[in-house]
Amino acid sequence: MTAATTKRLTTSAMIASFADPGQRTAPAPFGHALNRLAEQRPEIVGLSADLAKYTDMHIFRDAHPDRFYQMGMAEQAMLGAAAGLAEVGLVPFASTYSVFATRRAYDFLCLDIAEPGLNVNVVGALPGLTTGYGPSHQATEDLAILRACPNLTIVDPCDSVDIEQAVPQLADHAGPTYLRLLRGKVPTVLDEYDYRFELGRAALVRPGKDVLFVSTGLMTMRTLQAAARLETDHVDAAVLHVPTIKPLDTGTIVRELRTDRLVITAENHTVVGGLSEAVAATAAYAGIATRIQPAALPDEFLAAGALPTLHDRYGLSTAALCARVKAAL
Amino acid sequence: MTTTIEVTKADRVRAAATRIRHHALTMGEVQGQGYIGQALGVADVLAAFYAKGDGELRLRPEEPEWDGRDRFLLSIGHYAIALYAALAEAGTIPLAEIDTYGSDDSRLPMSGMASYTPGMEISGGSLGHGLGVACGMGLGLRHRGNPARVFDLLSDGELDEGSTWEAAMACAHHGLTNVTAIVDVNGLQADGPTPGVLKTEPVTEKWRAFGWHAVRVDGNDVDALLAGLDEIRDRALRDGAGPSVLICDTRTGRGVPFLETREKAHFMPVAEHEWAAAHDALEGVRR
Ligand SMILES: Cc1ncc(C[n+]2csc(CCOP(=O)(O)OP(=O)(O)O)c2C)c(N)n1
Ligand SMILES: [Mg+2]
Repeated sequence: MTAATTKRLTTSAMIASFADPGQRTAPAPFGHALNRLAEQRPEIVGLSADLAKYTDMHIFRDAHPDRFYQMGMAEQAMLGAAAGLAEVGLVPFASTYSVFATRRAYDFLCLDIAEPGLNVNVVGALPGLTTGYGPSHQATEDLAILRACPNLTIVDPCDSVDIEQAVPQLADHAGPTYLRLLRGKVPTVLDEYDYRFELGRAALVRPGKDVLFVSTGLMTMRTLQAAARLETDHVDAAVLHVPTIKPLDTGTIVRELRTDRLVITAENHTVVGGLSEAVAATAAYAGIATRIQPAALPDEFLAAGALPTLHDRYGLSTAALCARVKAAL
Repeated sequence: MTTTIEVTKADRVRAAATRIRHHALTMGEVQGQGYIGQALGVADVLAAFYAKGDGELRLRPEEPEWDGRDRFLLSIGHYAIALYAALAEAGTIPLAEIDTYGSDDSRLPMSGMASYTPGMEISGGSLGHGLGVACGMGLGLRHRGNPARVFDLLSDGELDEGSTWEAAMACAHHGLTNVTAIVDVNGLQADGPTPGVLKTEPVTEKWRAFGWHAVRVDGNDVDALLAGLDEIRDRALRDGAGPSVLICDTRTGRGVPFLETREKAHFMPVAEHEWAAAHDALEGVRR
């Protein structure tokens, strides 16, 4: 057998999209939102560490070449420089992959940016499991690392709607932020609901009597799909979307958790230190004894491979969520 | 009268480089993409190390964990396709296995990882790690009296990372004669040509300033590569000489004319029908 006659499921490249076939998408929503913002606010500048093209920052770079700084593949220097730019009155958006913003450059993010409380907006692409390229690029623990960082606001958007609406709010927020970037052709989902992104707020996107999904990031797209599928089995599932991971909207979460519904959290992140543990702690601290089941990545280094295979294997696919609910009900 | 054509070591290494290029193209075809431009560019360098019978590395191909082996670290995990091709040439990876490249559950993932592949010394993918580990291996082997050498293959993009220069200083400080860095200067990074991303030149002078013996060669000229390795090996026999670096100027897509002239891109696009043409365009050993 030659390679040409064998068609295997192959690793999704860095440029692969997790959008479902035929799904509505928007191209590079982050880059375009940053351009719109830059037109109104001359103090906005962009930086990247040899990954402008892969973080949708090239849209901004090409529109505003005089406001973009290429720092080379030097993530620590980039975040240090972003701090410096903010110190002298500019509002930087600095992009790289999530793994490098957190693992490589965390000390710089923490001490140069977060401790002084600077308005630096760190933009991390390939959050969680959004590439099949293997552990070096899978930022499965970025939320766990960054949730423990004081002063930092953390946003995990679901789709292009979230990203477009979040970008100006991140710039308006006086302190440092971290955006889990979805890039390339990004699904457009939330415009079908009565929803607006509000920094710091969770939103009940869909009501339901039997099940409560508490989800963040792209997993809200999946929980909404799961809820629609479960409807045909006469299971009524609610979706509470939590796009701001920090500060967590504990008021809304506690209100929704006071329930006898099955509660399932869903996140594109390891089960350690992310949304599920944050929600569980919120419940426990509020004296709510409801059982919470996490749909999250296992506490492992994940495999390399094709993204759909991996989402199925690790329980992030819509089918896996539905199976989870049926087994629990 | 009969004329005998003498086949030199360089000829055999060139033939190995052609085989490595074929293997890489075979893998690229499986995925329909990949870092094929880099693989073709670095094939001559890898052949100089892995050519069966002639490579610079002291290896037991069928015993990749042999304690006496020279360590060859792929700091550039995205070049895995090239190293797999070289490991297939050396005999560490069965040739029949290369068309599992990048497929689910393959031992040959797109990005090099030590836990997946025999002969892959470190887990890459995040750039700027190799030289630090090479430093530790160099220290450890010397500490244990093991004469094996350590080679670390870097890219020009990795010269942007502070960690590379931290490790470079440490290797020189500790006088690690058993460590050799190889830098693939292909003039390319993710956002475009290196000079537009971050100015790294003068590369040779930088390494010298960091205390390294630096040799710069045309990385697609096998004679020059072998001469550079000879020079570094001679030096490595002298105690206290310190680390050496072989700086290799390479051309992406090398060996396949229509890819050599293609616009430089980190992900070189190759159309489905072009893979076979690329094999055919390679000179020398046929499939
Ligand atoms: C620490 C780190 N930062 C960023 C990346 C993303 N990245 C992958 S390859 C690459 C280009 C680096 O330059 P080089 O290795 O010379 O690229 P090539 O010659 O293969 O185009 C970048 C920035 C990475 N893998 N690791
Ligand atoms: Mg390069």
